[in-house]
Amino acid sequence: MKLSALIDVLTFLAVALGLYFAFIYAPVENVMGPVQKIFYFHVASAWISFFAFFVTFICSFFVLFTNKYIFDDVASGSAEIGIIFCTIVLITGPIWAKPIWGTWWTWDPRLTTTLILWFIYVGYLMLRKFLDEEDKRAKFSAALGIIGFIDVPIVFFSIRWWRTIHPNVLQKGGGGLAPEMLTALFVSIFAFTLLYVMMLVKTSAIKHMFRRYEKIASNKGEI
Amino acid sequence: MKNYLTTVFNIVEKDLLLELKSKEVVVSMLLFSLLVVIVFSFIFEPGAAYKDNLVGGILWMAIIFSGVLGLNKSMLNEITGGNLNALLLAPVDRSAVFFGKVFSNFLFLIIMEIITVPIFMVFYNINIFANSFMSIVVLALGTYGFAVLGTLFSLISVKTKTREIMLPLLLLPLMIPIILAGIQCMNIYILGEDVTESYKWLKLIGAFDVIFTAVIYAIFDYIVEE
Repeated sequence: MKLSALIDVLTFLAVALGLYFAFIYAPVENVMGPVQKIFYFHVASAWISFFAFFVTFICSFFVLFTNKYIFDDVASGSAEIGIIFCTIVLITGPIWAKPIWGTWWTWDPRLTTTLILWFIYVGYLMLRKFLDEEDKRAKFSAALGIIGFIDVPIVFFSIRWWRTIHPNVLQKGGGGLAPEMLTALFVSIFAFTLLYVMMLVKTSAIKHMFRRYEKIASNKGEI
Repeated sequence: MKNYLTTVFNIVEKDLLLELKSKEVVVSMLLFSLLVVIVFSFIFEPGAAYKDNLVGGILWMAIIFSGVLGLNKSMLNEITGGNLNALLLAPVDRSAVFFGKVFSNFLFLIIMEIITVPIFMVFYNINIFANSFMSIVVLALGTYGFAVLGTLFSLISVKTKTREIMLPLLLLPLMIPIILAGIQCMNIYILGEDVTESYKWLKLIGAFDVIFTAVIYAIFDYIVEE
């Protein structure tokens, strides 16, 4: 209990620090202007969403091989958080791309893979919603958690080959970051990682409690 | 190993006998795929030359959409009367039962393609075998990849409250490598470009098939254990 409270406090401080570094410490980019600030949140969210789906992937194996529901709680909780951050990536990306690339969307491998990732894990959450039996829900969604994650690199490579056949109209920006910007990015990633851990601890605890509640309710109050 | 293959063969035989009698799966898939071929033709001006660049995609859409329909029907047949549960309780390898279903679904899809592809070639006035017969390999490998993941997710989706609605939602995003590679190969064959260009796409489809066959073989017993 104490550890989770410590994580809460640390997350609060880290997020405040991340905001300071992103908006005040890091200089305004010469060419792009203030819109470049979105970069610190966009990249950190992308990292968290991939990391969250990786946690789902690992926990899915444990669900299948150990039959312990705690792993199902962590896997599904992590997928929910991953979807939130993946959505943030897909929203902040176009906001940045419109003034810089002149278009909201382009079928770049990274963009397209992220979009498909989003669809796979929305499917994961929908599947969980429509399965009533606890046991089937855990096992079937674990299967999707494993297969979906293995599929993502294959999707990425297929789209990269597809795009290299067609000429890539847009030149990729980036490279040459100022050292202050790099520091701000790392602080931001650190803050987002803590935020992820905090959310995962809380959502897993809620899921665990809910499972206990359902058990008690089905026994008509007798534990 | 021999027992394993016998189980796979028995399941395929059962499905084929059932299908020969009812013809429900293949006929509904076939009609739907022909409808997709015809409905999509309204995208183009009649006789437009640029259509050759695009029709490969229509063939794959026809296969994928009608395949989703057929997989659902095939799995619904299996759960009526608790047949699937009985099969999984049988004292045989569970993954053998699964791969039996995969191969029967694969055969149904191939039968559908054998009829759809020539009609598609007539309607769009193209020849996908003009350069080589590699199109057959692409169709076979792509269909197998679709059958493997499709059978697993049809098994999962028929157990949900929404039944068949879940299957395309889960399957389509996962099938993107096959759809993309299949379309690229078809375009190469239809436009008569260098066949070696298509080999890397073929390798991608092959890798997809091998990876997911191995993964599902490894985890299937754990997924269905009660």
